[in-house]
This record gives sequence, structure tokens and C-alpha cells, in this order.
Amino acid sequence: MRNPFATAVSDGLWTEAPKHSGFLHRYVLGQPLGALGFVLIVAGFAVSLLAPFIAPYDPLATDYGNAVAAPSLAHWLGTDSFGRDLFSRILYGGRTAFLIGVSASFVGCTIGLFVGIASAYIGGWVEMIIERFLEILLAIPITVLALVLVSSLGRNLVYGIDLNLILAIALPIIPKMARVARSQALTIRSQSYIDAAVTLGFSDLRIIFRHMAPNITGPYLVLLTAFISQAILIEASLSYLGLGVTEPTPSWGLMLAGNAFNTAMTAPWIVIFPGVAIAVVVFAFSMFGDALRDALDPKARADR
Amino acid sequence: MYSERSGMMEMGEVMEQVPAKTGASDDAPTLLLSVRNLNVQFRTNDSLVHIVRDVSFEVRAGEILALVGESGCGKSVSSLAVMRLLSDPKTTRFTGEARLLGKDYFALPEEDMRRLRGRDIAMIFQEPMTSLNPLLTIGRQIAEPMFEHLRLTASQAQVRAIDLLTKVGITDPERRLTQYPHELSGGMRQRVMIAIALACNPKVIIADEPTTALDVTIQAQILDLLQSLVREMNVGLVLITHNLALVARYADRVSVMYAGKIVESGTTRQVLETPRHRYTEGLLAAVPRLDVPRMARLQSIPGQPPSPRNFPRGCAFHPRCPAASEACRSQPELSATDKGQRYACIHPATAWLATTQTNTASDPANDRLVRAPVLQVRGLTKDFHLKRGGTVRAIQGIDLDVPEGGTLGLVGESGCGKTTVARTLLHLQAASAGTATFRGSNILSAGKSELLKLRQKIQVVYQDPFTSLNPRHRIGQTLAEPLLVHGLCVDKRAARARVEELLDLVGLPRDIAERYPHQMSGGQRQRVGIARALGMKPELIICDEPVSALDVSIQAQIMNLFADLQNKLGLSYLFIAHDLAVVRHISDVVAVMYLGRVMEIGTRAELFERPRHPYTRALLAAVPSLGDENRKSQAHAVVKGDLPSPLNPPAGCVFHTRCPIATDACRSTIPPAVALSQTHRVACIKAECP
Repeated sequence: MRNPFATAVSDGLWTEAPKHSGFLHRYVLGQPLGALGFVLIVAGFAVSLLAPFIAPYDPLATDYGNAVAAPSLAHWLGTDSFGRDLFSRILYGGRTAFLIGVSASFVGCTIGLFVGIASAYIGGWVEMIIERFLEILLAIPITVLALVLVSSLGRNLVYGIDLNLILAIALPIIPKMARVARSQALTIRSQSYIDAAVTLGFSDLRIIFRHMAPNITGPYLVLLTAFISQAILIEASLSYLGLGVTEPTPSWGLMLAGNAFNTAMTAPWIVIFPGVAIAVVVFAFSMFGDALRDALDPKARADR
Repeated sequence: MYSERSGMMEMGEVMEQVPAKTGASDDAPTLLLSVRNLNVQFRTNDSLVHIVRDVSFEVRAGEILALVGESGCGKSVSSLAVMRLLSDPKTTRFTGEARLLGKDYFALPEEDMRRLRGRDIAMIFQEPMTSLNPLLTIGRQIAEPMFEHLRLTASQAQVRAIDLLTKVGITDPERRLTQYPHELSGGMRQRVMIAIALACNPKVIIADEPTTALDVTIQAQILDLLQSLVREMNVGLVLITHNLALVARYADRVSVMYAGKIVESGTTRQVLETPRHRYTEGLLAAVPRLDVPRMARLQSIPGQPPSPRNFPRGCAFHPRCPAASEACRSQPELSATDKGQRYACIHPATAWLATTQTNTASDPANDRLVRAPVLQVRGLTKDFHLKRGGTVRAIQGIDLDVPEGGTLGLVGESGCGKTTVARTLLHLQAASAGTATFRGSNILSAGKSELLKLRQKIQVVYQDPFTSLNPRHRIGQTLAEPLLVHGLCVDKRAARARVEELLDLVGLPRDIAERYPHQMSGGQRQRVGIARALGMKPELIICDEPVSALDVSIQAQIMNLFADLQNKLGLSYLFIAHDLAVVRHISDVVAVMYLGRVMEIGTRAELFERPRHPYTRALLAAVPSLGDENRKSQAHAVVKGDLPSPLNPPAGCVFHTRCPIATDACRSTIPPAVALSQTHRVACIKAECP
């Protein structure tokens, strides 16, 4: 039995991916915005990982005497209506954002990618059923879909992460990615190198994984990074409804939700700083995704 | 005539300086367009690319000037520059002088240039499918330049539009005016494009590959029309093309371009019969032709056309030139004159035809061609059932034999089903009916494991070298993968050795294994495609238009490679093409298809020297060839009308709607194939008549 995942051809014989050091080198020098994105992501990741050492306060500690305090030397970014230190909460909130945002987007996009390719490659009634099913998923509002899933599956905590929450956020991403993947796959399917692969007697799985999927890397990465921000926002909505992350666990989405907007007129820092955090992370992922796409495309490489 | 007069009344300042047309006097045709020292540079990220270098040409009234060259030689860019359509000063710079009736319009402000464009110089583009606006009616699009430049009223414009459509050979013009582009065929649309170009009585028309997207019979119709319009209306036509045979048939004078320069120019007869520049000579020897006995080998030009990023110094052709000397490297080009023929070559060619004509091939014995075919196709049928109802009858029961160790050429116009034959035989589509016997087993009904074995024995080379290789795999990977998947090589080391062997076999350097497809030229990619097929050690290779996307000089290299591989490895080919000269050169047996049926099949000699089916004859009359420059006065028996839709093929003989000798019997009965010899079969009820 031939293993479709085998990369026998690429390893050792002809290098499939560029060598790592050269790759990063070219990548950082050739794509300054991508490098900036990469630095921001690494920094954000490190900061949220090291939150316990950096944070000046316990993110859960309330101090009603100091509620809705403006940014000051004691509280760099101010405090919220419970008197909790915003800076500490943003640091800890980064953990939630990275974990749930990245993993939900990754799971959703990856499943969507292969569903889309399979649908385009197999065609016929399989395609018909997949497409109709995806349309049904698309027809249900994202929040409602996630709501149904979370409330019917309950919680499934592993190391303090709710796997069902990730699944619920990933599910609405699947049909969107699958649509894009399918349209790309249909184009690729009509290229004669896929016909050539068929006439060379390659198995369907090999054709899907080795010949079609790598040629959809570009749109995949772009959507992956775009959906990270969406995932963070869905997480916020679910948290607001009491189905996602629950108070008092710090989460950027949660910090924007609730009564944050009621106080926004008088204490704008309560919404500005979590908003900025989301924006910076989304920007970083978009830039990184664009650069990664260019770097992975052999045509865009400088060494001709 | 109304139209002529209205055009004259509205002539702009350019026309005023010039005496009126001298009527039919051919002694001194007016010089209409003269271009001097045109230079075009494109600015890219890091460099300035000098893509057109010191190009000069002129066009006189009633004359067709051909600008001929391979892709990337700068011929299209020259035409855009002459139209002043390259106006973005950030990315392009062009210098030189272009005079229309003596007036230098490169110096005009853009607004005046806009008034000139479409009125005094008109352009016809390559793609009739995309150069008309799909949202506007034909009438509206023809009338638009008349409103814009001639200020005609709607009713005046309509009269003139009907007049123009009649002139370009469109029947029922009143009805056509209200139709949209999608309701017309490709040939019709190109006629409409010509009508639009003629709308304001231009002095000069520039046609950039006007028939490249069209079928041979339609191409002949369109160019015959353009030629007669040029003569009749006394306009000058600049015909930009890569096809030397078209030049031979239609052009009065020709300029050959290479690497951004004109390397040779003169009258068509001068240039095609006594080429002096070594590039022209090489190009002419590389073209398979129908007018002389078949050559055993095409004389290909070694190497690749240079990239505009680094044109060689001195004579740009010297790296590929057999006669190059040290002087060609350093010395700037010179332009010698000899009876009006100009060429830029230090070592001009002499008497080239004598050398090529000795190189003729003998035909294989007929008995070899009928003995035990490697592939026997019987009654192959393929119907496509459309979702919106209706059935496309792509192949309607055809019989073919591919001779063992020989080549069956399958030729026909677009939509005749030739590619469907290939896809069906390759199991990329299921056949509707019929058998295809290869070494005793029926390919069409093969089970999964049998098919896997057959896939090794029957391989394929595709048309488009740009899409037939996975862009993300290195060449070595592309070639090694099937070897490892099928266990033809035990390990990577063996695969690597075999890949190098394959690269040697197709004449590619070994280090190309490390490259990606986009780093290679079209010809190199096509060689990789062939190497990939050879890796499986096939016995039969199905070639689906393998040379039609390549430049002439590269096409000759690839065709020679096919011939060499056949001799060396005993391969059999099913060779699908639309180019009759290519098919004649490479095939032992040729089948002519039309609308899903084989019209005529026979050995090369039978089919090309004694064609019996009216369609074969029409095709042969329509296809231009080198040598046509000598029989320009003869009218070609051009077949009328468009190809019928395969969705609704005509009853009886499918060709009867366009056939010059059709009778009532042809309209009702499907003609059976009549055997004229062991190898020659014709599906025509009049085949017995001479």
C-alpha cells in the first residue's frame, strides 16, 4: 500500500522546502512587514506566556476603592469597573486569545481545506452532498451555531482549555474555508499536471495531499490569519453570553463586552486598550500570513 | 457612396495636409505610416529593459506589411507603441518618430492623439472573444467610433454600420446589429472587430495576431477578407504574426524581428526565397511546409530566444548562429542593402533552399502500416449530457489504428473531438461506447489493477507546458515521483540515476533537476513533460497538441526529439494537432476529424497528395504554407461558413452544410467509410469520383 503522506521523494534527494536558516534569512530581509508581524507574534506569545512574571497585579484581584481609575503610574493602563488592573488582564487575556484564536482557526481552516479539495476532486454526488451541507452551515448565524454546539456538548476541559469551545468556534470557519478551497481546487483540477498525475497512476489521496493541497497554500494562509481575528471575536461574543470563557477569567473579547461600553464615554481606556491588543495581534497575523504566502510560493522567490 | 463621402468630410487635420487619394494608380502608393528608430524601454523593479531597439518600418496605401517574429521579440510592444498605448511614463519610455501622412504624431498632446486613434489608425486584437464588450450590442459597438470621431447621427451611423457589416461578409446585417457578442461565433466576432476598425475609414490598420485564436478555415476567410479590403479601400495594414506561412500567403513586404530589432526586411518573395540574415534562414528551415517533399528532419535553431533582460551584445543572434564569428560579438549591426532587401548580418546566407531540399524522407512501406497495429480503436463514441438538457456528440463512432512503432496523426479544427479522443483513451473520461484494444486488452473496460499496468504502457504529453508541471515541485521531484510510486526504481539513489538518464535522453542538462517549472522556458518544460512520460517506459505515447504552444524554432527541436525517440526506443505515437504541416511532417498515417467523425484516413502520401474528401481538400486549401508567396494570385478554395455546433450536428454527412459538392443524399444518409486502398478510407458518398 502506498502511503500518500510519504515524502520519500522530497527528503534527501531534492530538497522540497528551502533550508531553514536561508529561508528565515531571506524572509526577514526580503519582507520587512512580515518580519514585523513575526516579531509582534513572538513578542505577544512570549508576553502572555510569561504573564505571571510580568504582570504587576493579580488579574483577578478586585479593588473597588480604585475602580475605573485612569491610567497612572500605579495602573499603567488604568483599571476596570471592578478595579482590576487592565495591564495585567491584557497580559493574561493574551493567553486566551492565542490559544483559542489560533487553534480554532487552524482546526477550522485545515478541515475546510481538505473538505473543499475533496469535494472538487471527487465531484458528482459526493460534491453535491458536501456543498449542500456546507450551505446549511453557512445559513445558520455563526453565534447561533456556536451557541447550539456549546450548550449541547457542554464543557470538555483539558488542561483548563474548553475543547468544545474551540470546536464550536472552528465549525463556522469550515464552510468558509471549504468554499475558497473548492474554487481554487476546481481551477487546479483543470490544469494538466493533475491529469498527468492521474495518467501516471497516482492514488487519489496522493493527488489531493501532494499535488493539490500545496498549491492552495496561499489562500489557506491568508484565511488562516484572517480567521484568527474572527475566532477571537466569536470567543468574545460567546463569553458575553456566558458560554465561552467566563468571568473572571481574563479575555480581550470579554473585556470589550458586558458593561464596558456603558463606561466607555467616561473611561475610554477600558475599551481602547483591549481593542488595541486585538488590533495589533490581528495585524501581526495578517502581515505574517501575507509574507509566509509569498515566501512559500516558488514563483515569488528571488533566486531564479 | 454615402459612407466614403461622410468619412472624407470629417477628415481631421492630418488628412488636410495631404492630396486626396490617387485612385487606382499603383505606381506610387501614398506613404501612410512611417516609423523611425522606435525604442521602448520598460522599467522594472531593479532594471531598465530595452525591449524594442531602433525599429523602423513604413506602410504604403493598399499594402500589407508583416511584422514577424517569435514570442518576446517585441513585435506586439512595437505595435502598442505605434498606437501610443504605452503611455505610463513611470514604467515605460519610448522614443523615436512616427509619421502618419507625414505628420509626426508622437509629438501631439494626448487629447489630439485620442482623436487620431480609431479614426486614422485602427487596431484589431488577437482575442475576438474578449475584445468586444459583452454588455453592448454589435450595432452600438460599431457606431461608437462614428459618434465619437465622425459626429454622425444615430440613423446615419446605422446605415453605415449595415454597410460595413455587409462589407465584412456578415449576412443579415440588420439583425446582427441588435445582437450581443455572445450570440456570434469567433470568426463572426473577428469580422465585427474588422468592421469597427473600418468604421471611420482609417488610413492604417494594425492587426496583432488577428487569427491566432481561430481555426484554419476561419483564418483563411478572415485574412482573405482583410486582404481584399486593404486593396479595395487603399488602407495600409500592419500584420503582426508569428506564422511565416501566413506571411507567405498574405504579406507584400515583411520585416523579421529578433530580440527587439528588425534583422531583415524586404518584399515577401525576397525575404522568404533568398533570406540573407542567418536568423531568417534558420526560421524558414525550422517550419514544416506543405509545398515541398517532406524533410527527414527539421533544421532547428539551437538554444532559446534571448530574454529581453539580457539581449546579447553585438548581433543578438550570434549565440545561436552557425556562422557567427568574433566580429558578430563586438561589431554593432550594420544594415546592408541589396535590391531593396535590408539585413543586419555580417555573414549573410546564400542559396539556402538547395541545402534543405536534399534532405527529403522516404515514405515507409505501406504493409508495415497495416500489420498489427499497437492500438486499435473501434466504434469509439463519447456523448456529454449537459445539465441544462441536450447532448454534445463529441465523438460519433470512430475507427483508428496506431501503427506499431509508427505515428498516427489526428488532425481537425476545434470542437472536432480530437482532444476528447485522447482523454477517453487515457481514461480521464469514460467512453460512451466502443473498444480500444492495446496488446490484447480493451483499455476502455479495464479494471483498476489492469488500468494501473496500462497506465505505464500508455503515456501522454500535454499541450500546455505551462500547466502540465506541478509548479511547487522541482523537476527532479516531478520525474522521480512516478518511478518511486510504481516501484520502477528501488530506492532514491536509483531514482536519481534514472532521472539523470531521462534528462540526457530528452537533451536537458542534469542540473535542471533542481529547478522549478517557472524557471524554465516553454521548450524545456515540454522536454520535461516528455521525460516524465518516458520514465514509465511506455510503448504508446498520446501527444495532445504537444508543439502548438511553442515558438517555431523550439517546435522544430521538439519534433526532432519525438522522431529521435521513436527511432531509438521504438515508440508509437498518437499525435493530435491542428497544424497540418506539423502532422504531415511527423505522421505515417493521418486521420482527419470533423465534428466527431473521421472524414478521411490514409497514409501521409495518400492524404496529402491524393486527398479525396472535400473537407480534407478544403483544409489543405485553407492552410497557408511557405511557398504561397508564388501563387498569391490564385484564389484559394476557401470553405464557407462556420463550424456547426456539436450540440446539434447536421444530419447525414456532418460536413454537408459547408461542402461545395453536397447533394440531397448527403443531407440524409451518413456516408459509410469507403476503402480506396488497404490504408485509405474516405467517408464520402462521392469519394469514388475523382
